[in-house]
Amino acid sequence: MTPVKMHTRALNLFYGEVHALKGVDLDMPEQCVTALIGPSGCGKSTFLKTLNRMNDTIASVRISGEVVLDGEDIYAKNVDVTTLRKKAGMVFQSPNPFPMSIYDNIAYGPRIHGEKKRIVLDEIVEQSLRDAAIWDEVKDRLKKPALGLSGGQQQRLCIARSLATKPEVLLMDEPTSALDPISTSKIEELIDELKRDYSIVIVTHNMQQAARISDYTAFFLLGEVVEHNTTGDVFSNPKDRRTEDYITGRFG
Amino acid sequence: MVRKHYDQELAELHVDIIQMGSLIEKAISDSVTAFENNDLALCESIMLEDKAVNDLEKVIESKCLWLIAREQPVASDLRKITTALKMITDMERIGDNAADIAELTLRIAEKNTFADSGHIPQMAAVAVTMVHDAVASYVNTDLALAQKTEQRDDEVDDYFNLIKQELVSVFRAGKEDMDNAVDFLLIAKYLERIADHAVNICEWVEFSVTGKHNNAQIF
Amino acid sequence: MNNTNHGSITQKRRRPSEILLYGLIFLLAAFLAALVVFIIGYILAKGLPAISVQFLTTAENPIEETVGIFPSIVNTLYIVFFALIICVPLGVGGAIYLSEYAKNKKIVGAIQFASETLAGIPSILYGIFGFVFFCVLLNLHVSLLAGVLTLTIMVLPIMMRTTQEALRAVPKSYRDGALGLGATKWYLIRTILLPCSLKGILTGVILSVGRMVSESAALLLVAGGSAMYMPRGSVWEQLSHSGSTLSVELYRYAMSRGDNSTAFGIASVLIIIVALLNLLTRFVAWRLNKR
Repeated sequence: MTPVKMHTRALNLFYGEVHALKGVDLDMPEQCVTALIGPSGCGKSTFLKTLNRMNDTIASVRISGEVVLDGEDIYAKNVDVTTLRKKAGMVFQSPNPFPMSIYDNIAYGPRIHGEKKRIVLDEIVEQSLRDAAIWDEVKDRLKKPALGLSGGQQQRLCIARSLATKPEVLLMDEPTSALDPISTSKIEELIDELKRDYSIVIVTHNMQQAARISDYTAFFLLGEVVEHNTTGDVFSNPKDRRTEDYITGRFG
Repeated sequence: MVRKHYDQELAELHVDIIQMGSLIEKAISDSVTAFENNDLALCESIMLEDKAVNDLEKVIESKCLWLIAREQPVASDLRKITTALKMITDMERIGDNAADIAELTLRIAEKNTFADSGHIPQMAAVAVTMVHDAVASYVNTDLALAQKTEQRDDEVDDYFNLIKQELVSVFRAGKEDMDNAVDFLLIAKYLERIADHAVNICEWVEFSVTGKHNNAQIF
Repeated sequence: MNNTNHGSITQKRRRPSEILLYGLIFLLAAFLAALVVFIIGYILAKGLPAISVQFLTTAENPIEETVGIFPSIVNTLYIVFFALIICVPLGVGGAIYLSEYAKNKKIVGAIQFASETLAGIPSILYGIFGFVFFCVLLNLHVSLLAGVLTLTIMVLPIMMRTTQEALRAVPKSYRDGALGLGATKWYLIRTILLPCSLKGILTGVILSVGRMVSESAALLLVAGGSAMYMPRGSVWEQLSHSGSTLSVELYRYAMSRGDNSTAFGIASVLIIIVALLNLLTRFVAWRLNKR
């Protein structure tokens, strides 16, 4: 088994009185794609957000347990959230480029982390766009507004924007749910390429997608991990009846 | 390129089928050579190699099932994958038949008294060509080749009848050992079965192109 | 064949209530447009003849009996300019604090309620407060500076309100995107929230300018009611002197002297100044957006 990049132990999360995550133990191996599946409201997106502390902004959230990245508890007192988010970048459900140029979108992250040199930024922008397989489509209009791109291009731009901070973990929250099939398949190809260099955790509602692109699959239900195994096992011989019912579309 | 991975997996599936095809072609011609030359060592190796064919069948089956689970294939993609699942059963049977010939050769070893194997080699040559063309027609989606190959079944049937007639006259003359002659007939029968399986494959290839199987539109 | 009969889709059906409503709305819109055109047209028609080079560039001269409003124009621009310089940063800063930093919901609610109430009270109350607090208590006397400060307090709620609304209108996905990349709160505000709410903030500026330019009652109390002398001395000197703005002058000419033609002349100048300020704001917004 590949080394574990991130793991959680006894992770509990409350939204006010609502117990949204119930003692989640999950290992996310290095340079692998871990897919989180489950019906809406099962806690998979909430779980993903705890992995780079995006729940911090919500006042009513309380968290207990451990979330460990490279051996360090990310909820420890002395953690610098900015550095954490540089290490674990996030791609959201609907493409959310900022209302600025393509170039500035990509340079946004590096600039947060203090990169000012034009030559360095130029290089990061090109490399990130290349890695996100969108360089050829945008190289002649880097100064044009990012909002002028198509939905699929915008999402690849957002992936490039995340790559620009040179993360180690990529957290993706249903990155293709707002996209057409062609754009979806381009992003899937991209994820397949990216897992060579990054550890990826992806939330998806598309069973085939989980089966296609992930190495490990975790099935969430009512805030608990019902089943976690290699994707091959989960989709051929799920151990739990509820997993089988979900992946065969009988509930959820 | 869109769905690069999917296309790549489909291509790999074709490579596996071509490999399985060449394994069984080799098994057929080897089994007939072994029979002609009474080559017992060759018989042993044919029977061992049949295991490789069976293993390859499992590999291809698994690949097809995962392609269906992951990629949700439709239209011609689904027909091609279904056809692969169907035709490897016939291919596996062809491998078995070749092994059967080898086993029979071993059994009649010391009493293999037919100096002249008559039309068996020619019949085997036609059967091998049919198997080869059937697999090729699948890989190249060549409907014309599949239909042409189906027609050649008649040639094999003619050879079978010819061999049967020859054996009947041998019996009448009472020159040969009856037991031996029946084995000889069985070998011809196996070759005839091989040709039938090749025809089955061609029918599935027709389905993969047209969606029709034995003239019934099924997908 | 379906048994419900919807009729052919090519047969256009009449819906009397639709037509009636459409007609009513059209009439209302036309009435409003006509009203605006009429008022502006009327003022300009009566006021433009009074405008001359002398009218615009000199002060009133009772000996030679000439009329000029140059000091009032300058006073108006002074007050608008300095009040904006104080109230834009304050209003925007306050709005940012309330919607992005303040944690205590009760205090935020109380501040919001107070500022909404302030936005609704008559301006003469600001005048009295300004007079007692700035002119007497802080010993600023009746001066342009006291006027600037009073107007600042008056338009501050407007600035805060519009900025807060503009901040709230920034899509959550932008915030998530920036925070997800590791942006700190201030970085997020500086690079995303402020540029995105620029339009809203400028709307606040336009509304504030309108309110300040049109103010007369409060300014009469705190900044004085005459503009007899041409401006002179340093900016600070001028700010510490009393002086009337155009609206105050307008009131004086119309009410105390019954000189309607001068009043209409001033009104025309006011309309033109407000229009120019609006254009300027739009131009600034356009330039900033382009950047």
